[in-house]
Amino acid sequence: MATKQSTLQHIPTISLDPMLPHWAAIAKIQDETPGVATYALEFQDLAFRTAYSFLPGQFNMLYLPGIGEVAISISSDPETPHELLHTIRVAGNVTQAIERLKVGDQIGVRGPYGSAWPVEVARGEDLIFVAGGIGLAPLRPAIYHVIRHRAEYGKITILAGARSPEDMLYHDEFDAWREHDIEVIPTVDRADESWQGRVGVVPMLFYSLRPDPRNTTVFTCGPEIMMRFVAYEAMARRIPTERVFVSLERNMKCAVGFCGHCQYGPTFLCKEGPVLSFAQIEPFYNVEEF
Amino acid sequence: MAENLPSPGEQVVIAKPALQSVFKALDSAGYTLIAPVLRNEAIIYDEVSSVDELPIGWTAETGPGHYRLEQRGDESFFGFPAGPSTWKGYLYPSRLKLFSVSKNGGGYQTVPNQDVSPSYAFIGVRACELAAIAIQDRVFIEGPFQDPHYEARREKAFILAVNCTEPGETCFCASMGAGPRCTQAFDLALTELRDAFVIEIGSPLGARMLLDVEWSFAGALELGRADQKITDAENQMGRTLDTSDLPGLLYDNLEHPRWDDVAERCLSCTNCTLVCPTCFCSDMKDISDLTGANTERVRVWDSCFNPDFSYVHGGHLRPNIRARYRQWLTHKLASWIDQFGTSGCVGCGRCITWCPVGIDLTEEIAAIRDEA
Repeated sequence: MATKQSTLQHIPTISLDPMLPHWAAIAKIQDETPGVATYALEFQDLAFRTAYSFLPGQFNMLYLPGIGEVAISISSDPETPHELLHTIRVAGNVTQAIERLKVGDQIGVRGPYGSAWPVEVARGEDLIFVAGGIGLAPLRPAIYHVIRHRAEYGKITILAGARSPEDMLYHDEFDAWREHDIEVIPTVDRADESWQGRVGVVPMLFYSLRPDPRNTTVFTCGPEIMMRFVAYEAMARRIPTERVFVSLERNMKCAVGFCGHCQYGPTFLCKEGPVLSFAQIEPFYNVEEF
Repeated sequence: MAENLPSPGEQVVIAKPALQSVFKALDSAGYTLIAPVLRNEAIIYDEVSSVDELPIGWTAETGPGHYRLEQRGDESFFGFPAGPSTWKGYLYPSRLKLFSVSKNGGGYQTVPNQDVSPSYAFIGVRACELAAIAIQDRVFIEGPFQDPHYEARREKAFILAVNCTEPGETCFCASMGAGPRCTQAFDLALTELRDAFVIEIGSPLGARMLLDVEWSFAGALELGRADQKITDAENQMGRTLDTSDLPGLLYDNLEHPRWDDVAERCLSCTNCTLVCPTCFCSDMKDISDLTGANTERVRVWDSCFNPDFSYVHGGHLRPNIRARYRQWLTHKLASWIDQFGTSGCVGCGRCITWCPVGIDLTEEIAAIRDEA
């Protein structure tokens, strides 16, 4: 069981200098929730576009000259890599500048980088996806993967939390996911009159589940405090921490292990992460300011 | 002529002034010579053309937060402990243009930095510094990605090493297994005797630099003297560090009260990371012209002591000095081993010497060990 590490690595076909961006044009912009939009990117270099592939959970470095670079998870289907999507929440300088871009504008892209959700080693198991807010974006490629290979997985549950109903990411896809025998349970912190679903924080949704601890894998992405409680709820149901996978976020500058910014104890989150098993990070997860 | 040259592994003796002929040979071979020189009341590394520029007859007294030049009263070429300079400043410059990018119609055009990388001959590389270069090789060359700028400089570099015979008060390379004897790859390695250099040949290229030098094979007497000097140096380390299970010690003591104690003293000035020969953290900056149409992307040294180092949207992850010092020391001595299979510390003592308040990592580790 301890061998179930998220060490699936996929090194991109890089130019000689890993710091050089590849230019991509924005093919489409889709508004999602307030402050969040999904950008379809198309590489200008046809050979690179054809060769490009990624694994679910990996990220790209997106670059705007004169502004800077930011790590953004890929949110599209890994089996259609030419339809490359990034779902971006406006949070800092670079994402604010991206928000001002129009269709046809160009962005520098380096990647894909990092570890992937271990969808292959989870084959044959029940899967619980647990997302908080924008955390559903890095999980969506894995959701698309299990939909494409639905027969290879057992029971699939998606727990999705948002602050309010209007913040619920990808909600218009939930019914399509449900058609593939996937249980999607959304919950919000604050409801309004229109809301028919649950109210409360995501980890509490575990109380309505009866996961089989011998045969369940958890993929979670969201605020660290949420992922901590997700891990605790999983542990309380005797799901081993080796089968609870989180996606962590740290300052990333280079994404290739040179700049040192994304260190999390023994790991570089750009190389061994961002997807790690809870067992790997447990010794450090409660250390303040680590 | 070539058959008259010594082979790798062999040891020869040259008269001290003959070192100038080695400098000349390196210069003729197209190398830019970088060597210790006296500057600004310290011994630093800079470009030289003659052995006369070496700090002959000088040494430095070191201690926590203390560095003072002193006359030795003899004519030693390399009779001083490490100063604030590092070879990393040449292999991994503190500021390097990565590429430039210009607006081109609706898109951008990228021009990579294709400057021909310099060919350096490093003169006087100590064993601890050889170990530090080998550690940075693991970071920049031996991982899944290669930094082409570091790699080019590193592959071209000629290394004239020096077995250390003058450890300083803050040195502990013997504890780290990094010195004082040069064991890692070099082209030539000197051991300084009173009136001669014993030279170990490390590579055929190194041997070729002796073409115009009068040399003879080292005899038992010279070899014995050289060996004794290195052994003496090993026994004169100003400091020691108990390295047993440092990862276990540090990972088990992430909430040790000593971190609060050191945070009271640490100024978070980043000096230790700048003088450290292995610290490799960097940041990337965009520098645009006034039109905004042309941008240079530049890599600059960064430090885990900078508050911005850990910034993610929403705030700094290590707002307090306690967490930053813990990150630095834990990385250096523990997680570095997980990441690169080697400690990040070579025991050169620079971080102790150049800390303005004299924080001594060997003391901090001892305190954590005692009260663990």
